[in-house]
Amino acid sequence: MDIIVCIKQVPNTTNVQIDHETGRLKRDGVESIINPFDEYAVEEGVRIKEKIGAKVTVITMGPPQAEAALREAIAKGADEGVLVSDRAFGGADTLATSYALSTAIKSLGKFDMVICGKQASDGDTAQVGPGIAEMLDIPHVAYVKKAEAADDKTIKVERMMEDGYDLIESALPVLLTVVKEINNPRVASLKGKMAAKKAVIKILDAATIGADALKIGLNGSPTQVMKIFTPPQRTGGEKFTGEAREVAAALVKRLSDLSLI
Amino acid sequence: MVMDYMLSEEEKMMIETARTIALEKIKPVRERYDEKEEFPWEIVKEFAQADLCGVYIPEEYGGFGKGIMGLVLVVEELCKVDGAIALSLAATALGALPILIAGNDDHKKKYLPDIASGKKLAAFGLTEANAGSDATGMTTTAAKDGDYYALNGTKCFITNGGDAETYTIFAKTNPARGARGISCFIVEKGTPGFEFGKKEKKMGIRASSTRELIFNNCRVRKDQLLGKEGHGLMIAQATLDNSRPGVAAQALGIAAGALDEAVDYARKRVQFGQPIASFQGVQHMLADMATEVEAARALLYASARMIDAGAEKRTSKESAMAKLFCSEVAMKVTTNAVQILGGYGYSREYPVEKMMRDAKITTLYEGTSQIQKNEIALNLIKESAANAK
Repeated sequence: MDIIVCIKQVPNTTNVQIDHETGRLKRDGVESIINPFDEYAVEEGVRIKEKIGAKVTVITMGPPQAEAALREAIAKGADEGVLVSDRAFGGADTLATSYALSTAIKSLGKFDMVICGKQASDGDTAQVGPGIAEMLDIPHVAYVKKAEAADDKTIKVERMMEDGYDLIESALPVLLTVVKEINNPRVASLKGKMAAKKAVIKILDAATIGADALKIGLNGSPTQVMKIFTPPQRTGGEKFTGEAREVAAALVKRLSDLSLI
Repeated sequence: MVMDYMLSEEEKMMIETARTIALEKIKPVRERYDEKEEFPWEIVKEFAQADLCGVYIPEEYGGFGKGIMGLVLVVEELCKVDGAIALSLAATALGALPILIAGNDDHKKKYLPDIASGKKLAAFGLTEANAGSDATGMTTTAAKDGDYYALNGTKCFITNGGDAETYTIFAKTNPARGARGISCFIVEKGTPGFEFGKKEKKMGIRASSTRELIFNNCRVRKDQLLGKEGHGLMIAQATLDNSRPGVAAQALGIAAGALDEAVDYARKRVQFGQPIASFQGVQHMLADMATEVEAARALLYASARMIDAGAEKRTSKESAMAKLFCSEVAMKVTTNAVQILGGYGYSREYPVEKMMRDAKITTLYEGTSQIQKNEIALNLIKESAANAK
């Protein structure tokens, strides 16, 4: 079985900063980590590999330094890393990102399953996973909290819902986006770290994957972030104190003055 | 900030892996294991998965091949967070060392890969009720009977006892010969006649199991003998030369963890309108603690490097010095950490009281501090006598 795991390198959310001029995240000088939800995706891919046998390829789109995230995933059990990297991909929104990643996945050849984290901790859109599935023209199941791959034909999954979960069986290939309930990611092993150090990361640029120049980067992005800001904190409101009877009367009068009752 | 000990990239990798497990997996559960006195199997699985169980075992037997220094770095880092849970790994090293030191290739191929992968734990069985510092006082016997030896006797205070699968057991094959009449055997859990007795209730290291091993006409095949008949005590001594730095690392880790807690608390605790870290009385305590911890680390690393270099045949003196110094520093530093935290330090709500309880064992097992001093002095005299010739 061939499993593709899509990951994103994100700033460690405990100290994220925003460039107010461009409305984008400042990445310089901030520690980069694998998007936490993608850690569960990598772990699930590796668990399926350990259970029924598979090759797990991690793929990410990003600048050259995103290679570190791929190596970390290899240290945690993935077999290969693919970096989709080209200046032309810069400024991509979720549509252009889905296009670039799906085109890169197609260029890799056969696959049975694509696993993504449910969303990234920086953008928080949860759109890229399903977007890739649409462009690959395969089914997808989002918010997966349990996956049971028995063979290379079908998979049974549990999709987390607000009021319980759905039990879904899907034909392969399929794309899954996973939630943190699915597993408990492992600590990278010493032998994994040694393998990650030696691993050769495949780098794919726009020309290699045959991407349409109008569908990638800023050109391929119909949405643009106009401004990012922290909403002002709500202020304290009014507090009435005193005897219950007096407080009740004061509150009714105030609400009535505001024409709310 | 740790001083530069010229650690290799792989040594730093082992520290980082141990630190991740200590902080992410052990810290959230350390109090529960101490309270419940349960064996930490869920953490042993993490050690195994991360390849930490075999850091000191050569690569040809499935380990990471980083020697006693590798073991020391991992144990220190784990013990900064918890001094008991790491013992599942450290005491396994003690049990596996006789195989590494005296085993033939068949022994090594049969037992070391499962220990390196963490699939099986090991334990070392020397101590008896009336044979502690003086191992020759042991009464466990191994009588030859055709292709077998029949073991009879009881071992006590055995770390990992009951939870380990592979045991290296010392017994008298020729009681008349005293120190030269002791032999060492590999005994597997489940061998008929090998059972476990009571589990000790202890002051500290409560997440580590300490049990009696009972041998009642336990028949062990003669190819389970390690080295030659009568060489048991030499194997035990060589094992302790290699394993005492592991105890020293446990002590150092506990001390370093307690120092961090004390500094952190002193910065935050305000009395008389200022942080207690601003008082010179507290500052001088912290300064002494930090200096002792760093000195302990320097001595321990130097001893571990000396053992791994293998240039000296015996490293009894250096290994005893590291264990003596680190364990005494651990007692001082944890006691002072409790002092700095005051009433809170004495409360189980804060981790330092447990650190103080866990530290005490390091001045006792694998030879008390007094036995370490005997070892050091004996070697000093021997060296001087040899030079005088």
